[in-house]
Amino acid sequence: MGYAQTMTRLTVTDLSCARGGIPVLDRVSFAVDAGQALVLRGPNGIGKTTLLRTLAGLQPALAGTVDLPEEEAAYASHADGIKATLTVEENLAFWAQLYGSAVPESVYDAFDLTTLRLRAAGTLSAGQKRRLGLARLGVIGRKVLFLDEPTVSLDTRSVGLFADYLRDTHLAAGGIAVIATHIDLGLDAPVLDLTPFKASATMAGASDEAFL
Amino acid sequence: MSIWEYANPKKFMATTTPVIPWVSWASFGLILVGLGWGLFLTPAAENFEHSVKILFVHVPSVLMAINAWFMMLVTSLIWLVRRHHVSALAARAAAPIGAVMTLIGLATGAIWGQPTWGTWWAWEPRLTSFLILFLFYLGYIALWSAIEDQDTAADLTSVLCIVGSVFAVLSRYAAIFWGQGLHQSATFSADKETNIDPSFWWPAVLSMGGFVLFFIALVLIRTNALIRLRRAMALEARANRGAS
Amino acid sequence: MIALLIRDLRLAVRAGGGFGLGLAFFLIVVVLVPFGVGPEREILTRIAPGILWVAALLAALLSLDRIFALDHEDGSLALLATSPLPLEGAALMKALAHWLTTGLPLTLAAPALGFLLHLAPEAYGYLFLSLALGTPALSMIGTFGAALTVGIKRGGLLMSLLVLPLYVPTLIFGAEAVRRGAEGLATAVPLTMLAGITAGAFALLPFASAAALRVNLR
Repeated sequence: MGYAQTMTRLTVTDLSCARGGIPVLDRVSFAVDAGQALVLRGPNGIGKTTLLRTLAGLQPALAGTVDLPEEEAAYASHADGIKATLTVEENLAFWAQLYGSAVPESVYDAFDLTTLRLRAAGTLSAGQKRRLGLARLGVIGRKVLFLDEPTVSLDTRSVGLFADYLRDTHLAAGGIAVIATHIDLGLDAPVLDLTPFKASATMAGASDEAFL
Repeated sequence: MSIWEYANPKKFMATTTPVIPWVSWASFGLILVGLGWGLFLTPAAENFEHSVKILFVHVPSVLMAINAWFMMLVTSLIWLVRRHHVSALAARAAAPIGAVMTLIGLATGAIWGQPTWGTWWAWEPRLTSFLILFLFYLGYIALWSAIEDQDTAADLTSVLCIVGSVFAVLSRYAAIFWGQGLHQSATFSADKETNIDPSFWWPAVLSMGGFVLFFIALVLIRTNALIRLRRAMALEARANRGAS
Repeated sequence: MIALLIRDLRLAVRAGGGFGLGLAFFLIVVVLVPFGVGPEREILTRIAPGILWVAALLAALLSLDRIFALDHEDGSLALLATSPLPLEGAALMKALAHWLTTGLPLTLAAPALGFLLHLAPEAYGYLFLSLALGTPALSMIGTFGAALTVGIKRGGLLMSLLVLPLYVPTLIFGAEAVRRGAEGLATAVPLTMLAGITAGAFALLPFASAAALRVNLR
């Protein structure tokens, strides 16, 4: 089932989500078409991470619907899931195998990892580790990416590399990305400010509201 | 009108608060009469002297030790299926009571065992199973108190309770199997219910009924206390959110 | 699924992976016992089955908190949860990896340590067989305990408190099989029960573990 035939589209309708049982976001709605990215903005604590985790299916939504093609979503947070004692190649090969895909050679170039392939991930610098963590997105073959602060600890050049990968490889192939970031990635992407969706203190849905 | 209406914390508190004194006094009355009758007005059983009368405490506490776990299993399942907070809190409320009942059962068993068989403790299947049950209670209580988020704690302890129940039953049969030792033929049988003298029957029943009501009263009181605690936490969370 | 198993095995044998620690612990416990109870041959022969089983159980317990805690810390667990591999499968593979790095070496080493404790000659086969049948259950039950406590900081001690009571039936049947084997008695019942516990644990506990993991990741 080719991805080209079925139109990929992410539609979020009236999505409310909670952090620690307390509603933080109220009725967020947006849609992202194939080849498009969406940048999430908002002050700390507004619920960017919560929204991304809810979209990725790590936590249940309070209300609302998320429509996206099945088995196409992937999630990446500041924690990379990199194993220090495995080499760069082994780390990537593991995720590729888990998703039933192969590691494309181009990924090493795209994330500037070619010279680091056989190094144990534990010996990499913070920025190099981060690049390795992002390279995971290039090997798992998922079309809908939910990225939580992907550029933390990256230098300007690496941010550029990542933006290039997103624009020229991922989005160009019809992928979708929802990104929470404070850095301008230079993507031609609409920005969604979450501030207006902040849940009111009296919003229903808190896990403890039966006790009030 | 459905029974699930009472799963609402406020409705539960409003309904049970007036009931608690009645249940409490009834349990005190029953235990007083049952134990008074049992301890002072029954004859000493053959071969057993008066020490046998500790069974009027031992048997009901053992009964409640098992029933408390069973109740926790049922309320845990209700929480997992229907997400009623009262159910989860009732399970939490019952655990320490069940643990204490298990301890009373073990202690009275030891006190009875000393004059009867000349030993405080024997690695006999029944005693061993109870010791293991006590460990299950400890683990359950420890898990509840280790997790900050109350709903997470309720979920995880419910899963533990279900898995623990299976293993508790398994342990019981393993202990029976293990107790049929090779060298030590069973030194004594703890089958207390057999050949019970009719004169013991009524005080035993009264005492058991008293313990059941006592357990219910304690669970209701503790559940209400836990509901109030959760309510306080919920209000505090609201206040903090309003302030920020 | 196999990818996760291979990764975990690789991690275990690399530096800091803890492979061999359980085995060393097993050896030390067995060596310490005669210091505690005295060197008399008859006493050691009598208690050897129980000591070997208890020591194997404790050695298996030792490495349980690594099963999920490290993956939780570095974020792999959340990534695994969003991957095509269901968490039930992940729990199963984790248990299998734990057994291959702990239970299997213990099973293989146990006869040699039985020698140190003057285990009755007839019992060696049963020791090996009972550990081979029983240690997978220890790994699976332990994986469940690790899944329950993964979100708790320094949850290792709590996990022991939760897991050890669950180990009771396995320990009883395992040690009983060896003891009966040493006496030349029938061992079919305890061995069958051991196999049953292992089969039951592997059939049901992956689901309980995955449920616990989902709650902890929420």
